[in-house]
Amino acid sequence: MLRFILTRLSILIPTFIGVTLLTFAMIRLIPGDPIELLVGERGLDPARHAKLRAEMGLDRPVLEQYWHYLTGVLQGDLGKSIVTKQPVVDEFFTLFPATVELSICAMLFAVALGIPAGILAAVRRGSVFDHSVMGAALTGYSMPIFWWGLLLIILFSGILGWTPVSGRISLLYFFEPVTGFMLIDSWLSGESGAFKSAVRHLILPTVVLGTIPLAVIARQTRSAMLEVLHEDYVRTARAKGLAPWRVIGFHALRNALIPVITVIGLQVGVLFGGAVLTETIFSWPGIGKWIIDSIHRRDYPSVQGGILLIATTVIIINLLVDLVYGLINPRIRHRR
Amino acid sequence: MPLLEIDNLSVTFGGLRAVDGLDLSIDEGEVLGIVGESGSGKSVAMLAVMGLIAFPGVVRANAVRFNGRELTGLNKRERRNLTGKDIAMIFQEPMTSLNPCFTVGFQITETLKVHEGGTRNTRRERALELLSQVGIPDPERRLNSFPHQLSGGMNQRVMIAIAIACRPKLLIADEPTTALDVTIQAQILQLLLGLQREYGMALVLITHDMGVVAETAQRVSVMYAGQLVEERAAGALFTHPRHPYTHALLDALPERGRDRPRLPTIPGVVPGLYDRPSGCLFNPRCASAQADCTERVPPIESGNRGRVRCWHPLREDAVGA
Ligand SMILES: Nc1ncnc2c1ncn2[C@@H]1O[C@H](COP(=O)(O)OP(=O)(O)OP(=O)(O)O)[C@@H](O)[C@H]1O
Ligand SMILES: [Mg+2]
Repeated sequence: MLRFILTRLSILIPTFIGVTLLTFAMIRLIPGDPIELLVGERGLDPARHAKLRAEMGLDRPVLEQYWHYLTGVLQGDLGKSIVTKQPVVDEFFTLFPATVELSICAMLFAVALGIPAGILAAVRRGSVFDHSVMGAALTGYSMPIFWWGLLLIILFSGILGWTPVSGRISLLYFFEPVTGFMLIDSWLSGESGAFKSAVRHLILPTVVLGTIPLAVIARQTRSAMLEVLHEDYVRTARAKGLAPWRVIGFHALRNALIPVITVIGLQVGVLFGGAVLTETIFSWPGIGKWIIDSIHRRDYPSVQGGILLIATTVIIINLLVDLVYGLINPRIRHRR
Repeated sequence: MPLLEIDNLSVTFGGLRAVDGLDLSIDEGEVLGIVGESGSGKSVAMLAVMGLIAFPGVVRANAVRFNGRELTGLNKRERRNLTGKDIAMIFQEPMTSLNPCFTVGFQITETLKVHEGGTRNTRRERALELLSQVGIPDPERRLNSFPHQLSGGMNQRVMIAIAIACRPKLLIADEPTTALDVTIQAQILQLLLGLQREYGMALVLITHDMGVVAETAQRVSVMYAGQLVEERAAGALFTHPRHPYTHALLDALPERGRDRPRLPTIPGVVPGLYDRPSGCLFNPRCASAQADCTERVPPIESGNRGRVRCWHPLREDAVGA
């Protein structure tokens, strides 16, 4: 097990270097100059412009800039935002809880609906329910997030007026962040209605972000269950006289979960990708929106640092998923 | 009164009649062998007795009486209370019949918990006792093993332990040794017979192997294409088979072929969904078929020489063993 973790960790370093290289190159490939974007319409005289460039180190050869950046990263220094002059790490961790909160809710939504739907579809294979679930999953999977988000906003916020359009909580409420998670903070604040408001703000983004994972999980659960339901040990479970819910929900599901867990882990990366779009649609003040804004402003250090930290998070989560996988699959746990 | 009495059992999958008008009975403490080629409906018939035929299978019977109780009228829950408790079954593939995600101990105690309740401790004690009864060394340690850590023979012993956990009155063993090494086969068979005597269970032993039946069963039912074709006390059946199919099966035994250059085989295969012959189902493959065999289905004829479904049964003096 320890060796397994160490091997996985050793892959981290080349991955890191790859991510730094990619983000560094890509943000510079987009035309545009951060200083010009910063000063906007007013313009800047060339001398001052050159001075600012030199201050930010943008006048050096690109390779030297990269080397400077990389050595900084290796010492744990991700640099400062060109725009706000704040350390990138600080900005990231101020906004990160918002993204984590949204992602966790989206994943819970996807798992809580996807696994039961997949099980039922497999058990009632070929039924109307099965066909509806699979049809909905296919639709959900192919629905562009932007389109889907706008559709829901038009219906639930526009026509029905049930949910707010943007932000994490109504502007009526203000309290100091404790954990950074709005659901918890609003609860702790004790202000009446704050928690409810936070929940109402979360619903649509959660649904939008959770739709693709939901579709993938439902399909994977269904196909894993279909495979498992024909196994001999399921017949044995029935031969013991166990009730159907126990045969399906315990003996079969436990085995079917093994591939499903893998898929859930892979969806975490997809989730962060989707968060960028979802946060932009709903003006959700999280990492996704921050990175998009930083790209617009050509805030090189923020984009590089933000993507690097997100990539690290994804890698760590995948590692954790692999560990969980080992825990629920005895055949892996005992292999040396 | 027999322990299990099946009257006219049929199981169909779509148009396929996997079991076709089967009558069968077994007494308390009896060992009944069921033989027949692959596809003759042995497993399906016994799964029907267990109540394990699932959609799209359809089970019909005039009566299935177990221990004086009519099973066909029971609701699903009442039926489940018998399954795994009073009627238990073990299967052919020990390596895949146990759930890979749970320990041996869990899988044994689960049956006890469902049918007998009791405390955690009593269940654990009983599981240990069962493991040593089925000949598993170091039961304390094995309780925490997963199936993939045990050999096929050991897993089959665990399956047996699960099956006998609630002291069933009837144990159905569906080719319990087919998937095992030859040396292990004999051990498992001996174990089953030992437990059968110790617990006073009735045992149904399904097998392809006429040799196994000869050594173990008191009575033998021969099935062909879903039907019972012959049934008789084991000794008499082996010396004087009356159905040509039984005769052909016995003839194919290697032990009986020592003085012959080649083992005789039965030409053709068991008829499936689309090639069911008219008349006697065995007639296309039968060495002694006559014109009338293709016309009408022979009825079961029962007498003091067992039961046989044949228009022209072999005479006792016709075959020497
Ligand atoms: N679930 C099922 N769906 C459709 N057909 C089935 C099903 N189970 C069994 N059958 C069919 O029923 C017939 C009898 O099968 P069964 O398994 O009882 O044969 P068997 O005598 O046990 O053979 P074997 O010695 O190979 O185990 C076969 O033709 C088989 O294909
Ligand atoms: Mg079989």
